[in-house]
Amino acid sequence: MNREVRKFDVLVVGGGPAGIAAATSAAKSGASVGMVDDNPSPGGQIWRGAATHNRSDSSGWIRKLQTGGVELLCNTRVFDQPKTNVLRAETATGICEFEYRNLILATGARERFLPFPGWTLPNVLGAGGLQALVKSGLPISGKRVVLAGTGPLLLAVAAYLKKNGAHVVAICEQASRSSLLRFGFSLLRHRNKVAELIRLRNEIGGIPFHAKSWPMAAEGDETLQAVVIHRSGRRERIACDYLACGFHLVPNTELASLLNCRMQNGFVQVDQFQRTSAPNVFCAGEPTCIGGLELSLVEGQIAGLAAVEKNDESWKLLGERRKLMKFAHALERTFALRPELKKLCQPETIVCRCEDVTWERLQGHKSWRAAKLQTRCGMGPCQGRICGSATEMLFDWKSDSVRPPIFPTTLANLSAGDAESSPGLSVVTRGQP
Amino acid sequence: MPEEINISVNGKRVAVSPGTTVAAAIMLAGAYCRKSVSGAQRGPFCGMGICFECRAEINGMQHSRSCQIPCIAGMEIRSE
Repeated sequence: MNREVRKFDVLVVGGGPAGIAAATSAAKSGASVGMVDDNPSPGGQIWRGAATHNRSDSSGWIRKLQTGGVELLCNTRVFDQPKTNVLRAETATGICEFEYRNLILATGARERFLPFPGWTLPNVLGAGGLQALVKSGLPISGKRVVLAGTGPLLLAVAAYLKKNGAHVVAICEQASRSSLLRFGFSLLRHRNKVAELIRLRNEIGGIPFHAKSWPMAAEGDETLQAVVIHRSGRRERIACDYLACGFHLVPNTELASLLNCRMQNGFVQVDQFQRTSAPNVFCAGEPTCIGGLELSLVEGQIAGLAAVEKNDESWKLLGERRKLMKFAHALERTFALRPELKKLCQPETIVCRCEDVTWERLQGHKSWRAAKLQTRCGMGPCQGRICGSATEMLFDWKSDSVRPPIFPTTLANLSAGDAESSPGLSVVTRGQP
Repeated sequence: MPEEINISVNGKRVAVSPGTTVAAAIMLAGAYCRKSVSGAQRGPFCGMGICFECRAEINGMQHSRSCQIPCIAGMEIRSE
């Protein structure tokens, strides 16, 4: 087993836009900066594959990253904090311990998924999930795709899939037309966003768009054949090859919780320089507020400068952040989930995909913790990352404290890490209640 | 045009372009990834390494998250 120790002035966890902006801004000062990411290459979800495919919005940042003196550590996922100012991660060859002076969390967000009958069928995927697979080699040309859920990601994915030859049959957005219109007006104060919206509108022109519409069931024997959607008060069956669903985003806050960063309404609380309540720990991007690409870039820069004590250079960015925060709040209001979505499950609908726990079995439990202990809901390898946000919506359960390992890892990695400190340690690879 | 990479999915030869992940290759081969604890077929879902639905055996390594691993020539993939 390979075991390494690396030291950095600034360690950035997460290689999406916020992480890239943070790492490159910190590196300008001459500090040693390392950036770890779980994926095979940097860019995060929004710029997946950007290091190999040239894209106008990302290429400048990717270039800065490649030439700015940041050490990139991909295929590396953090699973524990063995002691203060040290993180332990799994790599392709073993484990690595990272010692840092300052840490910047840029762990991004994931899609929120809501269970409905048939959502576990193969070829029902996340909206961002299908896009990620197409970006990583899945041919989509000529395939019939239905997008359903909520949030601007549905439109971006529709545009991307259409450009790649997919036949996007419908976009079903649960928000009402009037709230979408209000959102459109609120964009007028953001010139970039208006331009983006106009571009998107042109790209997805011709695709049927249904407001106040949502998936009711996915149908098929072994794999997906059709989706039943709710539309204008009626059920409508649409044949398709892929159903891509996503109900906006939820922040990845597991590592921040492990480090005892104070949370507020599910987000990591930060001050004006992106400092969390934990000493030497900063946070930028979606874990602090779901605000999209531009806000992530601004927050990343502020955090990167703050981590090398260059706060005086970030004054201009603070005003920009304030403006973009308004956009984030408009997003939150517009794409808030309607109560009808709580009623999609049938008794036998699976809620926890890892452990096949049905909606019926979750009835009568008072809390997330009680449900975990008695049904194994949220105890599989995803550790509740998928069903946790669903049960929060369905049953108003709040997730409890986070314990290491925050990602499943091998027994060998766990025991190698703790060999010197606790030789008799008993280890578990699955989630703990 | 970059050369294609040959891998095997459940014994069937599959040619993919460079950069293709194992999850995409499994879907391309018309296969599924894993069987759920109650025996249902599952395929990739989140596409970003979080949901663990795309687990498969890659070169003998069980429970590998296939959506996070690019194909390498000669790779042997087994799924359920």
